[in-house]
Amino acid sequence: MALLQLRGLNKHFGGLHVTNQVNLSFETGEIHCLIGPNGAGKSTLFRLILGEYAPGSGEIFFAGEDITTLKSFARIARGLSVKFQVPGVFKGLSVRQNLEIALQRTRHGAELDREIDRLLAFLGLEAEQKQTAGNLSHGQKQWLEIGMATSLRPRMLLLDEPTAGMSPEETFQTGEMVKRLNAEGMTVLAIEHDMAFVRQVAQRVTVLHLGQVFAQGSIDDIVADERVAAIYLGQAHHHA
Amino acid sequence: MNGLISLFRRLEGPQTKGRGLLFWSVFMVALIGAIAYPMFSDGYTVGNTAYFFVWVFIALSLCLIWGYGGALSFGQTAFFGIAGYSYGILTLNFGAAYGFTLVAVLAAVAIAAVVALLLGYFMFFGRIEGVFLGIVTLAVTLMLERFMAQTAGPDWRIGAARLNGFNGMSGMPPITIPWFDGPIVLFADVGLYYLILALVVVVYLGLRILVNSSFGNVIVAIRENPERAEMLGYDIRKYQLINFVIGAGLAGLSGVLYTAWGQYITPSSMGMTSAALPLIWVAVGGRSDLTSTLVGTLVVLAGFQALTIYGSQYALVVMGLLLVLTVLIAPNGLVLGAMNVIGRLVARAKGGRN
Repeated sequence: MALLQLRGLNKHFGGLHVTNQVNLSFETGEIHCLIGPNGAGKSTLFRLILGEYAPGSGEIFFAGEDITTLKSFARIARGLSVKFQVPGVFKGLSVRQNLEIALQRTRHGAELDREIDRLLAFLGLEAEQKQTAGNLSHGQKQWLEIGMATSLRPRMLLLDEPTAGMSPEETFQTGEMVKRLNAEGMTVLAIEHDMAFVRQVAQRVTVLHLGQVFAQGSIDDIVADERVAAIYLGQAHHHA
Repeated sequence: MNGLISLFRRLEGPQTKGRGLLFWSVFMVALIGAIAYPMFSDGYTVGNTAYFFVWVFIALSLCLIWGYGGALSFGQTAFFGIAGYSYGILTLNFGAAYGFTLVAVLAAVAIAAVVALLLGYFMFFGRIEGVFLGIVTLAVTLMLERFMAQTAGPDWRIGAARLNGFNGMSGMPPITIPWFDGPIVLFADVGLYYLILALVVVVYLGLRILVNSSFGNVIVAIRENPERAEMLGYDIRKYQLINFVIGAGLAGLSGVLYTAWGQYITPSSMGMTSAALPLIWVAVGGRSDLTSTLVGTLVVLAGFQALTIYGSQYALVVMGLLLVLTVLIAPNGLVLGAMNVIGRLVARAKGGRN
């Protein structure tokens, strides 16, 4: 069953058609990666899904419900969650407080403290819990935000370049974490440039190009597709 | 009982400086000193000190909205004025008998809060942010000042209360508490001092609990990163609005107490200078901490008055300089900076002992 469906989604910025008649369907339980060259409209698509942008036309269905006009926080309440491209942690607050803010909507008292401790251990940030989040390394910030996003126990997790700025080792660990979350039942949609990560986690891959769905399939299909290689090398611009 | 204990536990937390035995000992000593102080002074001086305390509430309101919430508001003086004038209009019409002044205090604060609810609704649900919040709130303040300034004519009256334009509204009764053997009238003297002191303590402790609660967590989260806060499922507009309304109520409390203290209020209480001064107290003290704001406000006010009394016509210029110096030397506030240094020294001393 499709958990998230985008139907005929359009978004213009002036004359620029950043999302052009996008029809996409994301299945419950899958790990789906969204790739494409810079400016393909990947992040815009995320903002449309999250309600930060309103589409010019088209509809968004989540778990069978039309969420096209819902505010962002209401979409989160229905089971969406996101990790931003630029680490979106609360820089001036402690690591522990960051997690507390993420968790306190659903948990209270001793249960809240236990859950924070569990997450700190899971993220390997126990020693840093009293540190200001702004002082963490780039990779640690990314992990903290992934922790905050997953602590909501979403039905679908959106990851915008989760491994940006990470070492190959950290990237691999992040991939394993994503697979573990998926095994627990979380549907994952990730924007990612790192093909090693995509190969590690993706069950299906969608290529966006110039605001449109360009290709879709398994990672092997996509890698074998010469047209995809061409747009990444910038040779397909005459298509537009 | 458990609820009460967990409430008091919130007196300390990540959003407030000061914790543990040492801090609360200093707090108690300061409080006992403030309680004992009228015994060693005369009524006039005590009344004067009460005047300083009047301003604490508007300073704390700005600390809450700006320091914790990250929304710079010039509108606190507007709520100050609205509540002050409301108190005047209500008491000039209905008098002080049967404890009505106490009702008027509550009603005036409520009126300021309702105005904040309306204004805040359009600002926050209209997603106005950053510097534009400052501009809108400043415009509201100055508009109110302009409006009140042109109400000098006799036709500008609400019931028995003449608005009186720039001459100001006067003659409203002080806060009066009904008592068995005759009402107690709180003139700007020892009685009013104790009332205001009690309010300062209650509001300060109440705000400590508020900012360390889950509500306070969301408020500082919005200051740090509103997008992230919303994407954790919080309707940040609601939180901002509630915070703004609480702040307006506190600013209104200052306005009411100011009016009751001097039995007088003028449009200039909503002017540009009046709007800027609380910003200076709060910035100099340390806007992101309640205690720093409280201490900073009292120190700066005392200094300001000393300058004005002892002949300097440049007290306002000194205030401006103070703000510039703060921004350059200790952007988070002078008192907060000092408290951080003390905190580190105490921690080091403890570390040395262990």
